[in-house]
Amino acid sequence: MAEFVMPTLGSDMTQGTLVEWKKKVDDRVTKGEIIAEVDTEKAAIEIESFYTGIIHQLITKPGETVPVGTVMAIIQEEGKPVGPIEARTEAKPAKESPPSPVREPVLSPPPEPGRLRISPAAKQLAAELRVDPSVLKGTGPGGAITLDDIRAAAAAPTKEPPTVAADRQARMRETIAAAMARSKREIPHYYLSTTVDMGRAMTWIKEENLKRPVTDRLLYGVLLIKAVALALRQVPELNALWKENASVQSADIHVGVAISIRQGGLIAPAIHDTDKQSLGELMGKFQDLVKRARAGTLRGSELSDPTITVTSLGEQGVDSVFGVIYPPQVALVGFGKVVERPWVVDGQVVSRPIVAASLSADHRVTDGHRGAVFLSAVDRLLQEPGQL
Amino acid sequence: MNRPHAQDDIRQTVLRLLGEIAPEADLSLVKPDVSFRDQLDIDSMDFLNFVIMIHDTFGVEIPEADYPKYGTLNSCVEQLSGKRVS
Repeated sequence: MAEFVMPTLGSDMTQGTLVEWKKKVDDRVTKGEIIAEVDTEKAAIEIESFYTGIIHQLITKPGETVPVGTVMAIIQEEGKPVGPIEARTEAKPAKESPPSPVREPVLSPPPEPGRLRISPAAKQLAAELRVDPSVLKGTGPGGAITLDDIRAAAAAPTKEPPTVAADRQARMRETIAAAMARSKREIPHYYLSTTVDMGRAMTWIKEENLKRPVTDRLLYGVLLIKAVALALRQVPELNALWKENASVQSADIHVGVAISIRQGGLIAPAIHDTDKQSLGELMGKFQDLVKRARAGTLRGSELSDPTITVTSLGEQGVDSVFGVIYPPQVALVGFGKVVERPWVVDGQVVSRPIVAASLSADHRVTDGHRGAVFLSAVDRLLQEPGQL
Repeated sequence: MNRPHAQDDIRQTVLRLLGEIAPEADLSLVKPDVSFRDQLDIDSMDFLNFVIMIHDTFGVEIPEADYPKYGTLNSCVEQLSGKRVS
């Protein structure tokens, strides 16, 4: 029997709330298939199963908030002997829950709204139908929220009530605050920057886009992401996670792309195996991630898997960005705005589009020399855009 | 396309598409001659998606070099109606 536990979707996550199970007892589930939707401080996330098998028991109930590592379900794995079935009446933290190197800042729970007049039955129905009773106006005695109120709310258009969105925004702010404070407290950052001539890259992308229908066109951002991924093959120590006082290099390169959320906040989900994707594939995945990040339908692995983050603030018109590393990652690459500037080519001053590329890196893991090698590799790769 | 209300229809459709790209925006406040990017919180990815939606909805081919022609509400209407906005 395999235990499906509340996963950690980033170092800043301490708990999650089960929104709904996507599977029932006795359903078959395959590894990577969506098994549950979980609400975290940042967003509602679809969680994939880590196992292939039959759902034996669903322990956590929709609406329940449990700490990371809590056993939420039991899966009878395919090809494994049927193990002894333990009767479980309540969730308990899994033994293999990884110890944190330091105590994580504990996030304060969302502010309690005024005490609700709601019966347990209505409360349970609200959880089942994914209705937030705190935003409802009850029609029962003394303004109590009735079963009918819950049903009516569930039948109404599913747009998130503003208070829920505001609450999520406040929680996201707290989460970012905790992660960034931890980063600055624990990670001795060093910063490097270099100016990259984007002339060839911009010309290449213009010509490439002439050949592509509007639905398949590329943004130069995917060239930057791909160049970072390929440069990491040359300096793999930047593609790592800090675990229990040591850096552990990742065999796979999953670049996290920082995406701003419209109502405020930031999320940096992974594009898996970034170095192995064609530019067209990267563009499609990037577009899909942006769409889902803003719609709040990211998957668990996209949040837990990034091995480095790329942030680009060029759209906002700034020349450069020196980012704060997202723990447990050990590096972050920043790009500013692509701007036309005087540039010397073969002794002549010419006008070229340039971009400032920066590296924030963890000095416990790498030194400036390796960081410089990495940024040079990014520069060199961007001079051969057709090879990306 | 030359009926007097054709431009209004196009304007409404463009605003609807814009609403899908920037759901938080109050579309009644969109200034018709100011670029979308200067008045709404949209980036190049959003703008590309907007252009794709214009392409899908109106069936027009939009080369990348023509993107600036779709940068404001009025320029979109002019481009799609083939007439200047009076």
